[in-house]
Amino acid sequence: MSSRFLDRALVLAVASVGALTSSGCEREARDFLPPKPGAEVGHAASAAASAAAIASAAAMVGRYEHNAHAVSAGKRLWTWYNCSGCHANGGGGSGPALMDDVWIYGGDAGTIYLTIANGRPNGMPAFGSRIPKDQIWQLAAYVRSLAGLASADAAPNRDDAFLTRTPESFSDSQKPETVKPSAATGRPQ
Amino acid sequence: MNGVHDVLSPAGPQAATLYQLWNVMLVACTVVFVVTIVALAIAVWRAPRATERAKPDLDPHPRKVATLRRSVVWGIAGSSVLLLVLLLASFVADRALSALPLANAVRIDLVGHQFWWEARYESHSPELTFSTANELHVPVGRPVLVRLRADDVIHSFWVPSLSGKKDLIPGRESTIALRADRAGTYRGQCAEFCGYQHAQMALVVVADPPADYERWQALQREPARAPETAQERRGLELVEQTSCAMCHAIHGTRARARRAPDLTHVASRGWLGAGAVENTPALRAEWIANAQKFKPGINMPPLDAAPDDLAAMSAYLGSLR
Repeated sequence: MSSRFLDRALVLAVASVGALTSSGCEREARDFLPPKPGAEVGHAASAAASAAAIASAAAMVGRYEHNAHAVSAGKRLWTWYNCSGCHANGGGGSGPALMDDVWIYGGDAGTIYLTIANGRPNGMPAFGSRIPKDQIWQLAAYVRSLAGLASADAAPNRDDAFLTRTPESFSDSQKPETVKPSAATGRPQ
Repeated sequence: MNGVHDVLSPAGPQAATLYQLWNVMLVACTVVFVVTIVALAIAVWRAPRATERAKPDLDPHPRKVATLRRSVVWGIAGSSVLLLVLLLASFVADRALSALPLANAVRIDLVGHQFWWEARYESHSPELTFSTANELHVPVGRPVLVRLRADDVIHSFWVPSLSGKKDLIPGRESTIALRADRAGTYRGQCAEFCGYQHAQMALVVVADPPADYERWQALQREPARAPETAQERRGLELVEQTSCAMCHAIHGTRARARRAPDLTHVASRGWLGAGAVENTPALRAEWIANAQKFKPGINMPPLDAAPDDLAAMSAYLGSLR
């Protein structure tokens, strides 16, 4: 009896070590070349294209949100492309806050991708023709990590400058909640 | 990247001081090595050997070796004297390194990035400052004070023919002073492991005669040359409208970002990517299309563009002398 128990324990141990190792690999993997065209979201703004885009985005989420390099690259681009100019460190300024649970257009990765790529009314510029798709996905993953929606083990936990808030990897997961923007102001009501 | 990269052929006083120190160390260590090996050979040669007729050594008390104490005392005394000589030589070299006169020095602000060097030539008035990358020019015979900073991780500045090493540490400022007394091109290299492309993080220091240096400086202060042919105009349009302008600056155009090498006079430089690729029209186009092919892990993303467009961008950048 005890030998069977040991066997099972051994199988379990091997399986969990395997699972841990494989998830660790995904976290650390780094591709020097972005994915081939085809598995990407287009920049088209039509509703049908957006829906298709969001559906195919699901496949991309794991690639970026569970990968420490992709999320921290997003964090670097956040400063480089001056996202912080309007959204500050995620707490918002002249742009909306991104570390709370309020999403004007939706907090899933595909919608955030489209927001960055195509822009939104009242000030959000379109980056789609300016930066590679790969970088938009990295930014989308980082934006989600601000609200605690990206994988906690992949989210960054350090800043290059003085850390002014809870690190992304310790952010509580904020439940996304889409709010309809007011027709007059474009802001959540 | 071509250029002299040799500790043993100093081209300035700092490197010459280090070369002298190296010579003292080399002579001292060679003497010690030879003496040690000779002493060892004598000891082996003269060691008592047992023959067939020798009686077995059954004495429980070790034999007293008359010369043991003498050898140890001489050994310690000799090593101490030599170490003191090396200490003194090192002290004298350090004094000489810090005594370089800095009157009328050229001031360069050098920032280490993963994996390239950003150089800003300081001046008393803002319109005279300019920025370049991976290629420093210095006037022969004038001291140069380089202020070292790092943007991301620790790097180290090392141009062996001109000076010793000094680290660039994020959040700290350090300076290194050097002078080139002989015109020439000297190669430098990041000397502190900084990531994937540490090995391809080179720079050149070109020591020009003062008149040439002034001419180079005047050229670098100019805004970018306006495109002349239709292809160059198309190239500028693409540079301004695609991802190039998100990180690079070309003065006099709409590209004004400061996250990647300043391209205002990129054609005046011999190499791209801190010595990764020679700056020729074909290689430049390939570099724009996919720099990761040459230098995997750098921050420059691939650009999905038609061959004609790549050629136009390459032609425009090639015109920026």
